[in-house]
Amino acid sequence: MIKPDNVLAPSAVAVAAVDVDAARTRDLGSPAPVPVLPPGTPEPGSLTADLLAPYPDKVRRKRTKHIVVNDPRVVPQIEANTRTAPGMISQRGCCYAGCKGVVLGPVTDILHIVHGPVGCSYYAWLTRRNQAIVPEGEANYLPYAFTTDMSENEIIFGGEKKLAAAIREAYEIFHPKAIAVFATCPVGLIGDDVHAVATQMRKELGINVFGFSCEGYKGVSQSAGHHIANNGLFAHVVGTEDLPEELRSNPWRVNLLGEYNIGGDAFELERLFARCGVELISTFSGNAQYSELARSHEANLNLVMCHRSISYMAEMMESRYGIPWLKINFIGADATAKSLRKIARYFDDAALIARVEVVIAEELAQVEPVRAEVRARVSGRPVMLYVGGSRAHHYQHLFADLNMPVVAAGYEFAHRDDYEGDAIRSTIVTDADSRNIEELVVGPDSVAYQPRKSDLERVELEAGGVRLGSYEGMMAEMPKGALVVDDISHHELEQLIELYRPALVCSGIKDKYVIEKMGVPCKQLHNYDYGGPYAGFRGAINFYEEIDRMVNAEVWRLVAPPWTSRTITVV
Amino acid sequence: MLDLKITPVIERKALRINPAKTCQPIGAMYAALGIHRCLPYSHGSQGCCSYHRSHLTRHFKEPVMAATSSFTEGASVFGGQPNLLQGLETVFSVYDPDVVAVHTTCLSETIGDDIPQIIGEAKNRAVIPDGKFVIHASTPSYVGSHVVGFATMCMAMATYFATPIDAKPRSTDRRQVNVVPGFVDPSDMREIRRLVEATGLKVTMFPDTSGVMDAPQTGHHIFYPDGGVTVEELKNLGRGVATLGLGHWASRAAAVEVENRAAVPRELLDLPIGIGATDRFLQVLADRGGEIPASVERERGQLVDLMVDTQQHFHGKKVAIFGDPDHVLALTEFCRDLGMVPVHVLTGTPGKRFVSQATEILKAKSPTANIRAEGDLFELHQWIKKEPVDLLLGTSYGKYIARAEDVPLVRVGWPILDRAGHSLMPTLGYQGAIRLTSRMLDALLDRRDRDAADHEFELVL
Repeated sequence: MIKPDNVLAPSAVAVAAVDVDAARTRDLGSPAPVPVLPPGTPEPGSLTADLLAPYPDKVRRKRTKHIVVNDPRVVPQIEANTRTAPGMISQRGCCYAGCKGVVLGPVTDILHIVHGPVGCSYYAWLTRRNQAIVPEGEANYLPYAFTTDMSENEIIFGGEKKLAAAIREAYEIFHPKAIAVFATCPVGLIGDDVHAVATQMRKELGINVFGFSCEGYKGVSQSAGHHIANNGLFAHVVGTEDLPEELRSNPWRVNLLGEYNIGGDAFELERLFARCGVELISTFSGNAQYSELARSHEANLNLVMCHRSISYMAEMMESRYGIPWLKINFIGADATAKSLRKIARYFDDAALIARVEVVIAEELAQVEPVRAEVRARVSGRPVMLYVGGSRAHHYQHLFADLNMPVVAAGYEFAHRDDYEGDAIRSTIVTDADSRNIEELVVGPDSVAYQPRKSDLERVELEAGGVRLGSYEGMMAEMPKGALVVDDISHHELEQLIELYRPALVCSGIKDKYVIEKMGVPCKQLHNYDYGGPYAGFRGAINFYEEIDRMVNAEVWRLVAPPWTSRTITVV
Repeated sequence: MLDLKITPVIERKALRINPAKTCQPIGAMYAALGIHRCLPYSHGSQGCCSYHRSHLTRHFKEPVMAATSSFTEGASVFGGQPNLLQGLETVFSVYDPDVVAVHTTCLSETIGDDIPQIIGEAKNRAVIPDGKFVIHASTPSYVGSHVVGFATMCMAMATYFATPIDAKPRSTDRRQVNVVPGFVDPSDMREIRRLVEATGLKVTMFPDTSGVMDAPQTGHHIFYPDGGVTVEELKNLGRGVATLGLGHWASRAAAVEVENRAAVPRELLDLPIGIGATDRFLQVLADRGGEIPASVERERGQLVDLMVDTQQHFHGKKVAIFGDPDHVLALTEFCRDLGMVPVHVLTGTPGKRFVSQATEILKAKSPTANIRAEGDLFELHQWIKKEPVDLLLGTSYGKYIARAEDVPLVRVGWPILDRAGHSLMPTLGYQGAIRLTSRMLDALLDRRDRDAADHEFELVL
């Protein structure tokens, strides 16, 4: 990444005026206030049975466990991360999409070669809106798709030779720092060994070449691919380079894990870190370069945005290097302020605490007028979110900023801990699909292991509301009585929209036009409808304005022609 | 920016960079959407189905409904029969389609799932309700391209439904022609229907995504919109006096299949983009008993008039054209007829015929043109670096080259991911050619205006 320039540091006078002791004792642990469900919200009591009525018996029995009515105090158990029944019209994608598409794809200067027929590479090419600004003269492969474009011949006789030749050609043309190879469905079936080819080419070319066995059929969704990507990055990249001397002087060194810079979110967070004086060593993997990931083990704190896709990395880095991780959320103005305060509290430095308080005050001063104006127009209007593995949770904070109640929500590929909090992790039963995804056994590094916090310091932090290595999950922060649906099907989505008639649904490209055909605006939370950023304070302003546009757009009033008596329900 | 490593260009044998094609199943999915009340069904990992639905949605800005077998590792080892049987049961009970159109993927092809056998098993187990149909197309991703997948699903429609029909039409009946329209937008299919019906003929077009992939905003989502070829129409393909296959790659297989199954002669034509290919299309309609009305002849005259009026702006302009082979060949001919010089002509889809046909089109006007089948956009970019062009014609993927080389891009073909409205207005026929001419002219003249020195910046052009 290029560090943002023209960032205004807070004035020394303002920093000196901060009451640091008060900031130090502020309670950061209590949950954010959640908008209550508006009167007249449908009772979800008998809903599940109606919703599932058309399903075959076997499917109905399974789906029942994926739908629960929320209670934030006594969070009920929900089934998640299990197979989608064949024939369901699901939002989910595959293991490869999670590995190459989500986690590895955004790294700008790794040359990604997809080993397989052409489609897998083609569909993951420029479709996730990972933005990047790379230093002048350095490589950026984001606009490129590289594939072995396997033909029938290689399916029959094996594709390892073609893969080796493709890596050689890529090196000859581009001379990249590193090459990553991704296996697709048929590669696993015919037995091509991408790791053996990678090892051979690493020796031949003298650059890092590493492979991922992320065949699409592995696991039950993108989630398996996230795990495989984490393992590969940890095994082949993290800890392979040293931090440059000039970056060592600042002890407030962090990595931002699970931020993919869609629509420029990471740019906004880079700006905020620069204002606060926090040194961002690496981002996994938005606006990221190979070397930043390679030296990420020299950070003193890992900040976890998307818990689902990157918690493995956070845990492995803690085990090997002693870097604690902190679940933060930079989606929502209040959530961003709280996250910054937690970071300052972690480093426990009066100068940082004061600086962060001034930054928050200055940024919120920009946010508040917009929030107040939009809130007056949207407050109380219900929202549904069915998306991803953490966004369905994070974005509830933005809606809380606007007092828009979330009547129903769910994830596409999350696990139970993302819903219920990681206290229940030990009770998750590992099924056949999850067992096949390798769990790396990681112990302390004999040289580099250095616990950043003592047990006592951790206890003190927790007492102030800064819980390291922990995620509370979505449901603890959702209204009582809201409906939680995991891996929602098209049928269920359509039924629930009819039932709730929300003002807005947040989902993805496959659902967007279904929802809008129903007369309900749909905000895409994978690609942001080509807008953004929505993270941080400036992102919050963008999002408020976007929601105002969407739910109050004139066009919805034009759906019914004037000469018909039909009325369209416009919430 | 695509700005890296231009020379020397090494000859690549293994590495595909920036493909100009994608895999078969997405074409099969699009074709299946052109059957009335049909649910496309992807037999493979759920990622394939998700990617295909997403990408089709990005082009059409419409819902794309399709189901998947959601293979897991177990199914990949032991075979996908249980997944397909369970999938069909779920699909029929929840989504109630008239037809389920199954296409395979590289995964199910590599493990060798026998789809007709599984469909037979589904019938044995009464998974398929009475009066409902399951058809299939074998579309391995490692053969051909998305265009071939489209062609294969079109062929499957004929394979499953076309039968010989001996009954002679009464003299009062309109003559029926069958049309396979190619991998084109719903607006294009609508335009083909309009042109055929204008000649007094009756048309059975398969597939037909008009109505399905350009549905109106009504405040209601209709799962199976009012459009698509019906099973009844497919069963009556045998009544046609001919089957017109528009575009060799996308439509030949289906036209041949109707001939083999139902003894209806095939007429293989180029995709009717531009004046020459549209003339040939209408000539065949006339030969088969249609009467070209004055209204259509007037459209043609308007097109020629526009070409006369604007030829000074097109004459000698160098153009690079890429995309699907049927599109590219027809566009190459049209650009030639406009007086342009196509210097780079490329498709990602394999097929030697592409090179020979493009060479034939360009032999007099652009004999040294670069022509490549099974090429990619990195190669096209290298060509453009060596021999710059005035205009680039192709899909949205061309915008990176257009930006890097500062060349205007006119979006045509599939996919167009960054603009809207293209699927509502035709590119085919005389009307489509008028629109295309106008858009190309806008691009060239906008550029001329932008670049003009003050004293050469003119009000009237």
